[in-house]
Amino acid sequence: MKHNIKIVVNGDEYSLAVDPWRTLNEALREDLNLTGTKLGCGTGDCGACTVIVDGRAVSSCLTLAVSVDGKSVTTVEGLAPSGDELHPIQEAFIKTGAIQCGFCTSGMEIAALHLLSNNPSPTELEIRKGLSGHLCRCTGYNQIVEAISVAGEKMKKCCHEEERS
Amino acid sequence: MKEYSIIGKDVPRTDAEAKARGSALYTDDIRLPGMLHGRILRSPIAHGIIRSIDTSKASRLPGVKCVITSDDTPKIKYGNWRLFPETQDEYPLAVDKVRFIGDEVAAVAAIDRDTAEEALELIEVEYEELPGTFDVESSRAEGAPVIHDYCPSNVSVNRKIKYGDIEKGFSESDYIREDTFSFQAISHAYLEPCASLAQVDLDGRITLWTSTQTPYIVQCLLASTLGMRENDIRIIKPYVGGGFGGKMELRPWEFCAALMAKKTGRPVKFTLGREEEFLAGRRRHPMKIHSRVGFKKDGTLVAKDLRIQLDGGAYNAMGPTATFLCGNFGAMLYRYPNYRFLGEHVYTNKPPASAMRGFGAPQSLYASEVQMNIAAEELGIDPVDIRLKNAQVSGDQIPDVATISSCGFSESIRAVAEMSGWYEKRKSLKPGQGIGIGCYSFISGGVFNWFNTQYPFSAAEVRVFSDGTAHLLTMASDIGQGSDTVLKQILAEELGLRMEDIRMTSADTAMTPQGDLGTWGSRVTLMAGNAVIDAARKIKEQLFGAISARFNLNVIHHVECKNGRVQATARPDYGMSFGEAVAMVQKANRGEPLFARGSYTPRGKGLVTPAFGFGAQIAEVEVDRETGLVKVKNMWTAHDCGTVINPRSVEGQLAGSIQMGLGYALSEQMVMDGGRTVNVDFADYKMPTAMDMPPSEVVHVDTYEPEGPMGAKETGEGLASPTAPAISEAVYHATGFRCKDLPITPEKILKAI
Ligand code: FES
Ligand code: FES
Repeated sequence: MKHNIKIVVNGDEYSLAVDPWRTLNEALREDLNLTGTKLGCGTGDCGACTVIVDGRAVSSCLTLAVSVDGKSVTTVEGLAPSGDELHPIQEAFIKTGAIQCGFCTSGMEIAALHLLSNNPSPTELEIRKGLSGHLCRCTGYNQIVEAISVAGEKMKKCCHEEERS
Repeated sequence: MKEYSIIGKDVPRTDAEAKARGSALYTDDIRLPGMLHGRILRSPIAHGIIRSIDTSKASRLPGVKCVITSDDTPKIKYGNWRLFPETQDEYPLAVDKVRFIGDEVAAVAAIDRDTAEEALELIEVEYEELPGTFDVESSRAEGAPVIHDYCPSNVSVNRKIKYGDIEKGFSESDYIREDTFSFQAISHAYLEPCASLAQVDLDGRITLWTSTQTPYIVQCLLASTLGMRENDIRIIKPYVGGGFGGKMELRPWEFCAALMAKKTGRPVKFTLGREEEFLAGRRRHPMKIHSRVGFKKDGTLVAKDLRIQLDGGAYNAMGPTATFLCGNFGAMLYRYPNYRFLGEHVYTNKPPASAMRGFGAPQSLYASEVQMNIAAEELGIDPVDIRLKNAQVSGDQIPDVATISSCGFSESIRAVAEMSGWYEKRKSLKPGQGIGIGCYSFISGGVFNWFNTQYPFSAAEVRVFSDGTAHLLTMASDIGQGSDTVLKQILAEELGLRMEDIRMTSADTAMTPQGDLGTWGSRVTLMAGNAVIDAARKIKEQLFGAISARFNLNVIHHVECKNGRVQATARPDYGMSFGEAVAMVQKANRGEPLFARGSYTPRGKGLVTPAFGFGAQIAEVEVDRETGLVKVKNMWTAHDCGTVINPRSVEGQLAGSIQMGLGYALSEQMVMDGGRTVNVDFADYKMPTAMDMPPSEVVHVDTYEPEGPMGAKETGEGLASPTAPAISEAVYHATGFRCKDLPITPEKILKAI
């Protein structure tokens, strides 16, 4: 029997009928066509499928769609404010060369968002720890770590300015 | 050095924004109306005869649209070594016999994945199990099970190289060293699992979107296995989530998607699961290397006798090339005046090994480098000094095989020794700490035409427009390494345009010029780069003629494309914007658009490659004597990749190589139980994470490769080799344990110390 669920994804509300075994990853990618979230392993080991659910970073491949009923989800598609602008995390990933094949990128960016929202000035070690559940086979991580610290600086500055104005 | 405006600059990758936004489409992201989902049934046994396959129950399952076995196929074999058809040993679906656990036996297409999965369980296959063989010794033993009838010895390829006088070399040696090394299989572990989507056009032709490094090879082999014409197949490579050598052949799911799309009239998609990737996927060759080297007392190399057996698994795949290359890499780095190599590619009942970043070099050079370190110690010479003494230099020849053109090897060794404080640290580190060196050389693309392509090795088409833009078309395949950006940079530089003036279509076999052999062997920058330059120069000739005529220039004037203009170098006012110049040529040709084709095929470049990259790396480690854990504390690299076209990309390639090299040295291995791969997920296959990466410093040694585009040559693949020997020597320096069978695990260290 299918279950009716309501989820808010990147600010938009959706009603879906899903099988009880359908994962959030399948619901996002196949039902909502939000294919920015990837599937690298399906076993919770690579981090490519990471999304934020009510402020927590989760592996969408291990999360059942029914369990996010009534909750709010942020995916990579929710990062950029518009087609002309990018989120500081995205800008930093592009600028520092943190993207090669790009398959780990959306999970990495979401991890960065989660990390920086909880810890706006992470040390290098904290960033590396924050990424330890995320695999990348191309970049050797160093440029990703750099991107996250660059983004952190930028985000502090704009938040600061927002506060002042 | 020549001043460039775009080459050598930190140009952001042009695909980065789409990837950062999550809008870049990979094969599995593409969905077509009416699309079916495919799954493959794999052999549960390592070796056996297929007595019968009953698909009737599966076919009757509601939602199942198509079930195929080899009986539904033309039963035509394929393999990348088209030049030698006898090496083409694989069927898309097993015919009569299975040869490894994971061998493809049947395929299902259904309305959704769950149904396809369920149907697999309903297919009944009766096997008669045969004894299997799981290592090279047993495969070569008398009376061993024969894996392919055509090859009773189980040795499918052998390669010999010989020059100088090996016996004389050893008789003149003061010191001879003989060692045996063995190597584990590791996984490419690209993050994007393989996926393919096929659709049939109205006229019966097939379009296949597929995660591949080699669209042209897939096009040709898919056509031949389906009994169709090359041009009836169109391959489109969407964004690819990494390959590292693991996606450079025709794969059974590409064939099944195409055939089932034809049979059902509906698009069919296959996406592999990670477990399948680990269980049955291609991998780096396990090898046995036996190496004997002779030196003079002063450390001068005199002779090397190298025997390598590659555990190829059940099919040849890219094993013949790896066999060939092992012998070439064995002769690289140092001057071996007398050299002999025998390489054998041996079948076993295991998942086939194939190309993987380094293509024989990581194994072959590990043996060379470890022996170099042993010899240095026993002869009382510093490891850096013994390398400098023997290092290859520009102009050196490997008889009948290659001539080394640009070579910054000695400079790399010196630079890395200096950066790391080598001489000081070698003496002063505390027990448990160590420092070690490893070096590499690698090819910039292959010369040997094993695919027997009838086209140039690389080709490019450049179209230019009166609005001041250009369109570059090439079959070269960006699989994440950044070649689209690099090729655009090369074109922008040649035409004096900006990056944003160039649009690009790549890796679509129906749109981009034939041919390109794809992405492997670090060939793209050099070969496709040269093709782009060739096309750009033809365009420039026409533009220059127009400027010359318009301003009535003396024929001795030099004309250039610069800053969006075409102008006389000495009189920039004799010129006009790029777009105006294009318009003028077009007018002169009565409306004909201005475009040009360029190509590159290496000729007269020996048997291996037009250009070699070189480099040296030093690792500093700390070994915990209680746990045996190795912590890599620092890495220093100096390398010679010719002109650096995109510094950020080169550094990214380097860091990625260190990640892979670290895994190869310390933690990664496909654990086998007979023919079964035991560790089939990322929890059990231990890849380095961000926490494991050491700080790293790099120096690009300044060289210019005359055969390369703007002086560039390979980078990033060769760097897969030095990390393991550097770490290995550092571990030895720290503990006295010398590892000759990778990986260097804590258990091995604890047992030894
Ligand atoms: S796909 Fe979810 S963790 Fe890998
Ligand atoms: S960029 Fe390829 S996996 Fe991270």
